[in-house]
Amino acid sequence: MPTEILMPALSPTMTEGKLAKWLKNAGDSVKAGDILAEIETDKATMEVEAVDEGILDRILVEGGTENVAVNTPIAILRGEDEAAGAAPAPKKQATPATPQPAPTGAPAAPTVITAPAAEPEYTGATATHTVREALRDAMAEEMRRDPKVFLMGEEVAEYQGAYKVSQGLLEEFGPKRVIDTPITEHGFAGLGVGAAFGGLRPIVEFMTFNFAMQAIDHIINSAAKTLYMSGGQMGCPIVFRGPNGAASRVAAQHSQCYASWYAHCPGLKVISPYSAADAKGLLKSAIRNPDPVIFLENEMLYGQTFEVPTDPEFVIPIGKARIVRPGKHVTITAFSKMVAVSLAAADILAKEGIEAEVIDLRTIRPLDTDTIVSSVRKTNRLVSVEEGWPFAGIGSELSALMMELAFDDLDAPVARVHGADVPLPYAANLEKLALPQPDWVVDAAKRVCYR
Amino acid sequence: MAKSAPRTASKAGGQVSPTELLQFYRDMLLIRRFEEKAGQLYGMGLIGGFCHLYIGQEAVVVGMQAAAEPQDSVVTSYRDHGHMLACGMDPKGVMAELTGRRGGYSKGKGGSMHMFSREKKFYGGHGIVGAQVPIGTGLGFAHKYNEDKGVNMAYFGDGALNQGQVYESFNMAALWKLPVVYVIENNQYAMGTSVQRSAAGLKLCDRGAAYGIPGQQVDGMDVVKVKEAAETALAHARAGEGPFILEMKTYRYRGHSMSDPAKYRTKEEVSKMRQDHDPIDRLRERLLAEKATDEAALKNIDREIKDVVSMATEFAQSSPEPDPSELWTDVLVEA
Repeated sequence: MPTEILMPALSPTMTEGKLAKWLKNAGDSVKAGDILAEIETDKATMEVEAVDEGILDRILVEGGTENVAVNTPIAILRGEDEAAGAAPAPKKQATPATPQPAPTGAPAAPTVITAPAAEPEYTGATATHTVREALRDAMAEEMRRDPKVFLMGEEVAEYQGAYKVSQGLLEEFGPKRVIDTPITEHGFAGLGVGAAFGGLRPIVEFMTFNFAMQAIDHIINSAAKTLYMSGGQMGCPIVFRGPNGAASRVAAQHSQCYASWYAHCPGLKVISPYSAADAKGLLKSAIRNPDPVIFLENEMLYGQTFEVPTDPEFVIPIGKARIVRPGKHVTITAFSKMVAVSLAAADILAKEGIEAEVIDLRTIRPLDTDTIVSSVRKTNRLVSVEEGWPFAGIGSELSALMMELAFDDLDAPVARVHGADVPLPYAANLEKLALPQPDWVVDAAKRVCYR
Repeated sequence: MAKSAPRTASKAGGQVSPTELLQFYRDMLLIRRFEEKAGQLYGMGLIGGFCHLYIGQEAVVVGMQAAAEPQDSVVTSYRDHGHMLACGMDPKGVMAELTGRRGGYSKGKGGSMHMFSREKKFYGGHGIVGAQVPIGTGLGFAHKYNEDKGVNMAYFGDGALNQGQVYESFNMAALWKLPVVYVIENNQYAMGTSVQRSAAGLKLCDRGAAYGIPGQQVDGMDVVKVKEAAETALAHARAGEGPFILEMKTYRYRGHSMSDPAKYRTKEEVSKMRQDHDPIDRLRERLLAEKATDEAALKNIDREIKDVVSMATEFAQSSPEPDPSELWTDVLVEA
């Protein structure tokens, strides 16, 4: 049966074009791939190739015609053995895909964020450990539990970790599972993603997250987006971990907080613990989790000691904040090292009669908005503390969330405490001026309490 | 009709059975006809965005996959329709993904550049030039870790070869003797920039020399030669000898993507390649010259392939668009 040849769209934006000239005439036989005509779009001149073979029966739009709309029949093609001049086949759904009945705006994201069940209070045995040891124990326990878990990164094996976090792991698990990489962040991040696609459970250590900027394409484009792009087929169970934020006197390129960078991206989970118990319980959850997890540690906390549960089944759910100090006058949210700064501020505030409720966010994405909102409903005030820069930071997000979810409960605008909006300086006095100190938090808390 | 290629016909005559040659013909023709149809559907507005056709390069993936074992994995760039078909993925699901429909491999959420099939060990479909190379290296790492005797075939173009992450991958793969075959599909143009204008040095297959990775240049327009080279490379990687680089000299007839008028090369250059080197025409000539088949049988194959593509097209137009609720699914495995 004869078929219509339609004016093709030759770019995502083309709606019409000029049929510049025909290169075949009526009566010519054509085969697939032959160039039939030239078309001029607003951008370029393009060739139209035949898709089917047959005889060019009739030309419907002459060469030189301007403004020919896409999908207009421009010629009729008939089979070798068909009579000339027959009517074309009825057009079968030749119209562009029409969207389904247009919904009024995109369907809304599920607004009810159900917080994970609060973790049961741990009542078992504990031991005093540094954050460094807690992280190591978390990895060791999970590697014992699941042979698919392995650790790779710079200096993680023979050197025992640039910050000694992986001490003893090579000895216990051997070089197959504790792997020293070359200095090649982009490469080993991508390799880790491929290994996760291949069924393994990689822990990729970045010596610091500053170097992960080399690898961020694989973290976002390969790890975070592939599940969605594959319609749910290709999960990427991988943990990217390492120290984040400012250490001490290492200057701008080695002192950046990436919490808001990664928390911006759907498809990732972002964790940034403070205490050793949380570091252990959350890293274990991260390793068991089927999704890509960014685990932001802090070098200044590695040596600090806390009580840590010894039960190897102790885990902390991802997505659950923790009230580390209850209070009723103002809510202070913080994560990682800023929890210590906020607790110090709360001590000072208490002496002045202000009882601050300090919340350790622990997980940045998904954020435990329920815990924060319930606290703000009680205190009617929020101070957000972070080490990173202010623009589009975690504090900006919290401010917006409080307007959306707790506007009527606020007695004062949300206050943001954050690192100075400059690359971190090296000089000791300038560095101190750039990073949030307890008195910054005290001032902000007093401001929102109108004191 | 292409000129015959008698040298090829006589040389590898004894090594590949007529049945296998016919299968190559069928596989390459399926890709050719599928891609022509995809181009047509794009023209009709049924496929949107970017659409990179594989027409001209069919012998590369068909020859490679003919040498592969079932446990081997594949990863490639965004010019991926041919690879999916050669891996045995259903043309219906591929075409329906191109039209952004529910029946597509990614439920309509990935499109032309992003499709996957764990079942067929096809790991995408990646849109960032060169990113599939470390991912393939990681799949090779997993093959070795799991001791499953599998090899990863990581396909990428002459353009991707200039990305730094390719050399990061070469280094680790060679260092750890990972079972990976790097397949450079040298179609001579990185979008509009010819190899001569973008690549220093001589042969692209020598780019692994500094890491001790053997490389071989192959006539990527000859499916039999591709298969022979693939056998050598895969055997090397499977034996634990580490990676291997194959540079497939090939050619794409169409533009880089649908909206590329291809002004960076002459029409004569394109038509000469089609006339003298078309992988499908060459094989057809050979099949007839060796009397492995006849015109009637080939015509039957043409008709069968046409039907397969028609059915895929029909499905791709009748499968509904994804439900609006799909917007929110598959962001995380565990929300």
